[in-house]
Amino acid sequence: MQLSRDDLIKAYKRMRTIREFEDAVHDEFSAGNIPGFVHLYAGEEASGVGVCMHLEDRDVIASTHRGHGHCIAKGCDEQGMMQEIFGKKDGLCGGKGGSMHIADLSKGMMGANGIVGGGPPLICGAALTAKTLKTGGVAIAFVGDGGSNQGTTFESYNLAKVWNLPAIFIVEDNGYAESTASKWSVGGSQVGRGKGFGMPAIEVDGSDFFAVYEAAREVIDRARSGGGPSLMHVKVMRYYGHFEGDAATYKAADEVAKYKATNDPLSVFRNRVTQAHLLDSKTLDEIDKECKQRIQQCVATAKSSSMPTEADLLTDVYTSAY
Amino acid sequence: MAKKTYRQAINEALRQEMERDHRVIIMGEDVAGGLGAPGEQDAWGGPLGVTKGLMPKFGRDRVLDTPITESAFIGAAAGAAATGLRPVAELMFVDFLGVCFDQIFNQAAKFKYMFGGKAVTPMVIRTMYGAGFRAASQHSQCLYPLFTHIPGLKVVLPSNAYEAKGLLAQSIRDDDPVIFFEHKAMYDETAEVPDDPYTIPFGEANVTREGDDVTIITMGRMVNFCNQVADKLAKEKIGCTVVDLRTTSPLDTETVLETASETGRVVVVDESHPRCNMAADISALICSEAFDDLKGPIKMVTAPHCPVPFSPALEDLYVPSPAKIEAAVRAVMGKG
Amino acid sequence: MASEIHSIVMPKWGLAMEEGIVTAWQIDAGATIAKGQEIADIETSKIANVFESPVSGKVRRLVAQPGETLPVGALLAVVADDAIGDADIDAYVAKFNEALKEMLAARASEKKPEPESVEIAGGRKIRYLKLGVGEGPPVVFIHGFGGDLNNWLFNQEALAETHTTYAIDLPGHGGSSKDVGAGGVGAMTSALVAWMTAMKIDSAHLVGHSMGGAVALLLASTQTAKVASATLICPAGLGPEISMEYINGFIEMSRGKKLEPILQMLVANPALVTRDMIEDVLKFKRIDGVDAALKKMRDTMFPGGEQAAILRDAFDNVKAPLQVIVGAQDRVLPAAHAKSLPGNVKVQVFDNAGHMPHMEAASDVNRLIAEIAR
Repeated sequence: MQLSRDDLIKAYKRMRTIREFEDAVHDEFSAGNIPGFVHLYAGEEASGVGVCMHLEDRDVIASTHRGHGHCIAKGCDEQGMMQEIFGKKDGLCGGKGGSMHIADLSKGMMGANGIVGGGPPLICGAALTAKTLKTGGVAIAFVGDGGSNQGTTFESYNLAKVWNLPAIFIVEDNGYAESTASKWSVGGSQVGRGKGFGMPAIEVDGSDFFAVYEAAREVIDRARSGGGPSLMHVKVMRYYGHFEGDAATYKAADEVAKYKATNDPLSVFRNRVTQAHLLDSKTLDEIDKECKQRIQQCVATAKSSSMPTEADLLTDVYTSAY
Repeated sequence: MAKKTYRQAINEALRQEMERDHRVIIMGEDVAGGLGAPGEQDAWGGPLGVTKGLMPKFGRDRVLDTPITESAFIGAAAGAAATGLRPVAELMFVDFLGVCFDQIFNQAAKFKYMFGGKAVTPMVIRTMYGAGFRAASQHSQCLYPLFTHIPGLKVVLPSNAYEAKGLLAQSIRDDDPVIFFEHKAMYDETAEVPDDPYTIPFGEANVTREGDDVTIITMGRMVNFCNQVADKLAKEKIGCTVVDLRTTSPLDTETVLETASETGRVVVVDESHPRCNMAADISALICSEAFDDLKGPIKMVTAPHCPVPFSPALEDLYVPSPAKIEAAVRAVMGKG
Repeated sequence: MASEIHSIVMPKWGLAMEEGIVTAWQIDAGATIAKGQEIADIETSKIANVFESPVSGKVRRLVAQPGETLPVGALLAVVADDAIGDADIDAYVAKFNEALKEMLAARASEKKPEPESVEIAGGRKIRYLKLGVGEGPPVVFIHGFGGDLNNWLFNQEALAETHTTYAIDLPGHGGSSKDVGAGGVGAMTSALVAWMTAMKIDSAHLVGHSMGGAVALLLASTQTAKVASATLICPAGLGPEISMEYINGFIEMSRGKKLEPILQMLVANPALVTRDMIEDVLKFKRIDGVDAALKKMRDTMFPGGEQAAILRDAFDNVKAPLQVIVGAQDRVLPAAHAKSLPGNVKVQVFDNAGHMPHMEAASDVNRLIAEIAR
């Protein structure tokens, strides 16, 4: 089905924003300006955006440690995100969470998660809320190939199924859980596992926004209409290492370069829409430029804004009086 | 005022809170029972019948039986709480925390802080603790010190039926993750419990006995043993102040220090294992803040450093008894 | 003069009392005592008070040991003429204790009177305790701010010997609904009237304490047919002064140690306030809706720290017999409020009592109520 011109622009802009954001974070991290651990999503944009284009604020997603892309795809503010990653007081989480815990519940983004497999049970909860309070919302867990082996993930498949929750599990398989290939670590298949729990399951090429978008529509509609949970196995490639600082020597020397040349999601999208005369190169180039400038601005603001102070250390441990 | 059991008081608090707020739901293994089975529905009402009668009243949309899948449903409780429900999940035995601790201590406990204040996680986990049932090492532990250790959690130990109803209502109305510890040996014990709904604040210890000679600081089931000892020693003119902490997190440090300073002789009674437990925590607090008021070392009465044994002969040696508590009080009086 | 042996037994102070302790005798064996004389200090879990002798005569034996816990009805002392020999006293004591065992067994299986509830117009629930059966209008006891039907534990049973009696919980209090409406004396009086209507009580001998006293006065002056007599004990409404230290302390204090000195303001002798009494108040204050109800009443009845409803003029409209009882050491409402009341309003001042003469001088107050309710 055809997306509107506005939606096409929105989708491309989101993907480009993610790419610029992650590249900027990579540069800043390499320069020693970012503390802690970051895990970059560059190369996987079509997956997050393809899914989240269908979602509203009432829908909830949970991410992995590789959460920047999902955060932007769900509509979180990049400025706040960048400040958060730099540990600044005006960050999305007050500088208290950082890259691995980046979240905005007001946008239905339940957080990146530092614990592999942390998201799926939470999303069963969000789906339970939607079902109990009849909000019509759905809840989506983005899971990595690594997380697909955690017990919590399997338990969540089962619970979502037996409770018939409006939940969706998106396994973003980038081929490697840290340095270990998913070809080795995953017994059976992702689709087979989903079906094993009684869920409809499909496999999708994550370099193709439109393929992801279509597949996501099906699973989201199913969940929203009370048809229960589904599993989507999205094959993607991460361009950077597992974490920043990982030289990724476990990959073949030209693995990433080859993928970038033929399957880069932004290029795939550009080729598709220009060939179909839906958008022209000039429009896309302008979006590229706009996003780059926006992210540069975000970095500059993040660098110049202040750190939290000791007064912030003990706030927000509790909500009710302690 | 009617006399009710610990079990009835907890059931009543759950029922009244569910009547008051449609967002309060219950989930856990066999909290009703019979799901998917051809026979009786609400067959169990929880392993010891605490939640019986709630599913027939509120339906299976608000009283949810789960598969045996702690990490999923405790995690679901956390996720549901962060998105608008007020779940009361049952971790059947606290000993099972191993299969779902991440969801409690890394997820629920930390949302508020990690997300810069923008999350609210009003979740309650009810769990059974304590020895004396011959349930052996994997069904008899206390473990509340582990939860007390985690910033972002609140930990509640009601010592009788009156306390249980008020503290559970407070737990459900509190907007933070609360772990509510029910001692499995107390379910049939009675106290006068008002029919009306009421709450008891967190962080306010209850002084159950007053005396000038020794301060006994304790929590949960042990409060009743300490009261027994205090009443017995009162006849010998040894005056004991007994402090029921009610909540180990938040801790009523003011009352702990005040009562310790008043007598200068302190016994801390804690059913959990001795390393890194509440007794150690409270003793350190008193020593650092009220050392000059102490007339001698603090005595801690705890379980020994071993798993809970099965044999009744051994388990009876394991649980801190009134006799052991009395001996400790006499010891700090120099009359041991 | 008949040769009789009289037993002095552990009294029953209120529904909940099962046992008590004589903490101290104020007389020795061999003393001659008069009925009404204070002879011992007795403590129960709920309250501590002086015990007045129910009989006159010579104390032949003090049976209860100080500090000994004894059930209600147990022998405390034996009173008899010298003419009766010690052997007979011994026999009497032995027989008494036999009979006591049987009585205790019977009591254990007996159904105790329990408070009941009734729904009044508007849907609120009023809890009350009914004791006794008599002819004529019943005696209705009405507590004050923060109190409940248990406040009358020294009074209701005594009057129940000759009258039908009711002790009620006003809205916001005890086991009644916590909705206090506008929260003032008028609202409380309307609730009282609604309760009387629901109970089909046409007219009653009202006994009101503090705020309850103002309620009794208001009803006696505005709906005279409903009031057969009115006993106002330390009534509110006679002047602007009210101890806000007490009112605010009662509302704010949530720890026993802090609440104790506040409750001690109620009585001349602070020893009357036991830890159980403090606990009961704390438990009451924890109930849903109570804090809001108490604050509403305070804000309506005592705006700016003074009583809003002054009812001194109401006395002129009262047709029924009326008496006012105050304690000279009252720290909550000044006893001076009862001075210079209009007309020939009977005022009794108890020098050794504070704000609770119905507890602090119970048998005298009971006598006064019995007289006016004859």
